[in-house]
Amino acid sequence: MKLAVLVKEVPEASARTRIDPGTLRLDRSGAAALNPFDAHALEEALRIKERTGDGEVVVIMMAPAGAADSLRKALAIGADRAVHVADDALAGSDLVATARTLAKAVEREQPDLVLLGQQGGDSDGAVLWSALADLLRLPVVSQVASLELGDGKVTVKRQTEFGYDVIEAPMPAVVAVSDAINEPRYPSLKGIMGAKKKPFETLAAGDLGLSAGEIGEAGSRTAVHSLADPPSYGDRLRIEDDGSAAEKIVEYLAERKLI
Amino acid sequence: MPGTLVFLEDHEGELVKGSLGVLSKAAQLGGDVAAVVAGSGVRELAAQAGRYGAATAYAADDPALAAPLPQPRVDVLAALVREQGFDTVLFGASVLSADVAAGLAARLGAGLNWDLVDLELRDGKLVGRRPALQDSVYAEVGWTSEPRLALVRSGTFEPVESGGEAEVEDVVVELQGFSTQAVMVERAHAESEGPSIEDADVIVAGGRGLGEPAKFALLEELARALGGAVAATRAVVDAGWYPYAAQVGQTGRTVAPKLYVACGISGAIQHKVGMQASGTIVAINKDPNAPIFEYADVGVVGDLHQIVPRLTELVKERRA
Repeated sequence: MKLAVLVKEVPEASARTRIDPGTLRLDRSGAAALNPFDAHALEEALRIKERTGDGEVVVIMMAPAGAADSLRKALAIGADRAVHVADDALAGSDLVATARTLAKAVEREQPDLVLLGQQGGDSDGAVLWSALADLLRLPVVSQVASLELGDGKVTVKRQTEFGYDVIEAPMPAVVAVSDAINEPRYPSLKGIMGAKKKPFETLAAGDLGLSAGEIGEAGSRTAVHSLADPPSYGDRLRIEDDGSAAEKIVEYLAERKLI
Repeated sequence: MPGTLVFLEDHEGELVKGSLGVLSKAAQLGGDVAAVVAGSGVRELAAQAGRYGAATAYAADDPALAAPLPQPRVDVLAALVREQGFDTVLFGASVLSADVAAGLAARLGAGLNWDLVDLELRDGKLVGRRPALQDSVYAEVGWTSEPRLALVRSGTFEPVESGGEAEVEDVVVELQGFSTQAVMVERAHAESEGPSIEDADVIVAGGRGLGEPAKFALLEELARALGGAVAATRAVVDAGWYPYAAQVGQTGRTVAPKLYVACGISGAIQHKVGMQASGTIVAINKDPNAPIFEYADVGVVGDLHQIVPRLTELVKERRA
C-alpha cells in the first residue's frame, strides 16, 4: 500500500502574516510551519500503514526551495520519504497551476491513496483535492471524518450541510480528511534523529515534464488586483483574564441590555 | 451566446438557498443569466430558477446524478460551458459546490476565485472581493481568461424573487468513467433531535478548547442562566462530543442570535460563516492568536473552565 500525503507550509500561527504590497502575494519570509490541517492527513496515512502492517508514506510538497523544514518535520513524525517540488517558475501559481504540478508529482508515485488536509491554513482554500482528482481522473471524497479500507476500496463517512454521508470509492482515490478524523502525533526524538537519514528528493518543474506556460503566473487564470482594509467591526473590547473577566463580561452585556 | 451560468444545488426537492442567492446576484449584475440543476427528477425544480432571474434553466435529469457527488456534475457543467460558451460560472459555497467548482476549473483550465463576499462588474470586467488572512485584509481579485469561475462564501447573497420565467432546456448527460466510481452508500438524513438553535436569542457555543465532551455541561448551565441554547463547532460534532443538530458553521446551521458566546472556539472560517451575523459576539479562548478575536465584540484571553462557571454564577445573581 502506497500512501501519498500532500502537504503545504504556512506561516506559523503566532507569526504576523502580511501580504506583500508589491507582489500581492503572501509574504512567506517569517516563521513557517507544517499546515496544521495536513498533520491530520499525515496521521491518517501513518495509522493506515500501521493497521495494514506494510506500506509506504510519501509526503509531497510544492514550495519555494528554502521551505523544506515542513517536509523534514513530516519525516520526523513518521513519513518514509519526502518529495519537494521547488522551482522559482512555480511562484504565483493559482489553483489549477498548483493542481497541475501536484498531479504530475502524484502520477510519478502511483499511490493507492492520496490524502490531503481539509484546507490551507493560510489561504483558507478548500478546493485543491477536487481539481487534483479531475486531472488524475480519480474518484475524490472530501470532508472525511472517518475512513476504512478493504477489498481495494475506501469507505468514508463525511459531513455535509445536511448531516453525514457514507461514500465508497475504489482505490486509487483522492481523500481530503477533516481535522476531526484523528489527533495528530508529535515527532519523537528518535523520529527527529531518524528523519535525517530518510530519502528526500527535490524536483524542479522540468523534472515533472511541466512547461513554463502551464505553471506559475503564466499558467494561472486568476489575479489579485489590489488590497484593502476590511470593514470595521466597530469598538471591540479585549480582556486578558486576571480573575475578573466574568465580571467585565457581565458589565459589558448589562450596559447593552443583553442580560 | 456568452453569458453567466449559475450552478443550483438541490436537496430533498428544493433548491438550496445559497445557490439561489448567487443566482439573484447574477441577475442583478445583468446580461444573459442561465442556471443549471443536475440531479434525478429535477426538471420541475429547474423551472423555479426563473423566479430568481434565470432566463434559461438547464435540467440535467438523470438517475446517475441522484447522489449529491461532485464528479458527475463536473462532467455536466464542462459539457454545458463548452457547448454554450458561458463566460462566467458562479457557485454558492457548500461541500458539494466547492468540489464541483474546483473540478470544473481543472477540467476547463479555468481560473477559480473562492470565498468571495462580493461580485461586481467594473467597466465590463468581473471583480470579486475576497477576505484573506483571517479576514484581516480584503483582496480584489479577477480573472485573466474566460470562463471565469467563482465560489461565493455561503450566506453572502440573499435570494430575491423577481418573478420571471425560465425556459427549461434538457441537457444530455454523458459521464466519464472515473466520475461515477465514488458511490453513495448511505445518504445524510436530517437529524432533528434537540431544540432548534436557529430561533434562539442567546447561544453559548463550544469547541475543541473545552477539552472533553463532559465540559459541555458548563455551557449548558450558562445557556440555561442566559435563557439560551447550546451550539457546537464542526470539530467537536465530528468527534462525537455533541449532536449534529447543534452545529454552527458552513456545514451546520447559520445563526444570528442577539448574543453569541463562543467558548474554546478558534473561529476558523468554517465556523465564522455560520455565526458572523450575531448581534454581539463574546469569545473566550486561551490562545491569544485565535482568529475569533479578529471579529469578536468582546475577546477574552483566559481559561474558559474558570471563567464560564463564574459567568454563570454572576448571570444567575442578576436574574435572581
